[in-house]
Amino acid sequence: MATDHARQTHSQVTPTDAERYDARFAARATAIRSSAMRDLMSLAERPDVISLAGGFPDTSSFPADVFEEVMQVVAHDHLTSALQYGPTEGLRELRERIVEIMLHERATATVDQIMITSGGQQGIDLTIRTFVDPGDVVIAEGPTYPGAVPCLTSYQAEVVHIPMDDDGLQVELLEPELDRLAALGKRVKLIYTIPNFQNPRGVTMSGERRERLVQIAHARELMILEDNPYGQIRFDGDPLPSLYELDEGRGWVVYVSTFSKILAPGMRVGWVAAPPPVLRKMNHGKQSEDLCSGTLSQRFVLEYLRRHDWRDHVARVNEIYRERRDAMLTALEEEFPTSATWTRPRGGLFVWATLPSFIDTQDLLAKSLDEQKVAFVPGAAAFLNGEGRNSMRLNYSAMPAAVISEGIARIGSVVRDQTDLFDGFGGGR
Amino acid sequence: MKVAVLKGGRSFEREVSLRSGTNVEAALRRLGHEVLSLDVDRDLVRVLRADRPDAAFIAMHGQGGEDGTVQELLEILGIPYTGSGVSACERAWDKVVAKAVFTAGGIPTPASYAFSQAAFRELGAADALGEIESRLGLPLVVKPARGGSALGIRLAHEPGEVPAALMAALAYDDRLLMERYVAGRELSVSVVGDDNPEALPVVEAIPLGREFYDFESRYTPGATDLQAPADLPKDVTDAVIDVALGCYRELGCRGFARIDTILDGDGQAWVLELNTIPGLTDTSALPRAIEAAGMSFDDFIGQVLDLAHLGA
Repeated sequence: MATDHARQTHSQVTPTDAERYDARFAARATAIRSSAMRDLMSLAERPDVISLAGGFPDTSSFPADVFEEVMQVVAHDHLTSALQYGPTEGLRELRERIVEIMLHERATATVDQIMITSGGQQGIDLTIRTFVDPGDVVIAEGPTYPGAVPCLTSYQAEVVHIPMDDDGLQVELLEPELDRLAALGKRVKLIYTIPNFQNPRGVTMSGERRERLVQIAHARELMILEDNPYGQIRFDGDPLPSLYELDEGRGWVVYVSTFSKILAPGMRVGWVAAPPPVLRKMNHGKQSEDLCSGTLSQRFVLEYLRRHDWRDHVARVNEIYRERRDAMLTALEEEFPTSATWTRPRGGLFVWATLPSFIDTQDLLAKSLDEQKVAFVPGAAAFLNGEGRNSMRLNYSAMPAAVISEGIARIGSVVRDQTDLFDGFGGGR
Repeated sequence: MKVAVLKGGRSFEREVSLRSGTNVEAALRRLGHEVLSLDVDRDLVRVLRADRPDAAFIAMHGQGGEDGTVQELLEILGIPYTGSGVSACERAWDKVVAKAVFTAGGIPTPASYAFSQAAFRELGAADALGEIESRLGLPLVVKPARGGSALGIRLAHEPGEVPAALMAALAYDDRLLMERYVAGRELSVSVVGDDNPEALPVVEAIPLGREFYDFESRYTPGATDLQAPADLPKDVTDAVIDVALGCYRELGCRGFARIDTILDGDGQAWVLELNTIPGLTDTSALPRAIEAAGMSFDDFIGQVLDLAHLGA
């Protein structure tokens, strides 16, 4: 138990003083509200809880000797520059190597279109910051990446969700929605999508829909934010062309990706590829946020890429994730009631499960934590409009297969219990 | 004085408790006390034995902290603690028991029925739902018998919404309460003292854009307009305070507590619950009541600490 005997300078701000800030906080700070869900999630971090809630890649498979070797190179050959500020857009050679990595994602860019960011998250933030005024509409998948929610909220975007199916964003529903929004006089600024192994749904947008989406963006002159953190976490099949590629250089797509999944998230090295006029604005935004991404991390990634084939590490983690995904799907088959459905991802880190509509997964999380010591992300976290209440996101990258099976069994027992109970209520009569 | 501040734990209100605890610790330090900050876990008894604090300030909310459990441990260890004793905590924590005590004492609390999960699973209680709905009327409130921060509380507007509301409540406790919905103003009264308890000014919570004072309204700065003192005629204020002091006495509370009521259109205050460890976060009602009483937060915390005791 943590004890704290430290003598600090005492804060003179009492709870009765706290109200004075309320009128002073910026609208973007007050836009983010407290939630019971966020508080419950903190219980998921306790060591005795099996958490299928996080989105953590496996970092135990990164070889310690490789880390040591690369760090020695950084220490011996690049220490002064690695400890110094760097250019806002990032180390040039690293940007060149990113151009090569993007080719494996079927995305062709030039080095002047690339800026290094502090994780893909900053790429999302900078794009929204650059394009979205309060009240502007952002189209997002329903469900969308839960980590984008605070971003969209704090820039006060009005988010309109477009439903998904097993082929990703239902692009055919997009045009009528755009017409409806136009009739309301709403200004749509961005279409935010994760085409590959989407977080949280785990599905991939079909080739046909990709082409159609880019056509719509061209016809209506709309920006697309293509978020592609999981493209390399692929268990079978070949990559489909990126939206960035399908744009054919016409400049309606901003592409965001990261080394978090192909190397390690602790590096906090990601990137954006964007048309140069957009990139210049984002560069100004980045100067304001952090001047430059950590040069030490950038140097580490660069020296790693110079000495090792990143695809070897990706192949290693993909083997691990494939086994874990299989364990999760098998456990779901065995442990979840037939009234539940779930996605069968061919890559990425997540399964999205949907339960009968009478189950609220936030309440289910409370019960699961309390009675079974197991956690997941309630589906409502992936929507800004209260939808998703009977769904959940399940992560399979962070835990060994046996723990995943046990975790699913525990959730399954709570779900079955709740289903039996509902039957006892006469099933809604 | 060496004061252990007990906070956190693993209840659903863990995070709220950490925020209350932080405020209590800051106040105690400003008052010159030595603070032993304890995020409660299975080492609690061992740490308390080793560190021997002069008193414990309990800033835990929900299960474990508000239900008499930690109070019982402190009794065994002989460490005086703030707030109510074991039995008052036990009775206040279970809304079914508390409401029975209020009713027996002539204190108005909305009509209700309580059921365990077993009643639905084994005795076919669901077949009585239609009768319950017609007796209590719709909308009706469904809540876990034990729990705080409005977690698991649902308003069912029509019969079709009742089963999902029952499910929600039973996710937080194995017993639930179906209660007549009283439309009106949400008023809370905080009470401090032992033999001659006194009420602080009444606080009205006006949640902005929400149907009731739910979790989000409670803990998002600016999401609820807390008016202290509430804008009420003097006779209504007196009546609300009277009801609150009655609750405090009937349950045998000590130290401090907060009583939550609804004031209906006829000026009648209905008691919903009594909290033996009221929230002390920046957005909680009690700090507003303290301010409206012209007291400093620190002096109030000092007063509650002075009332720390042993023996229920």
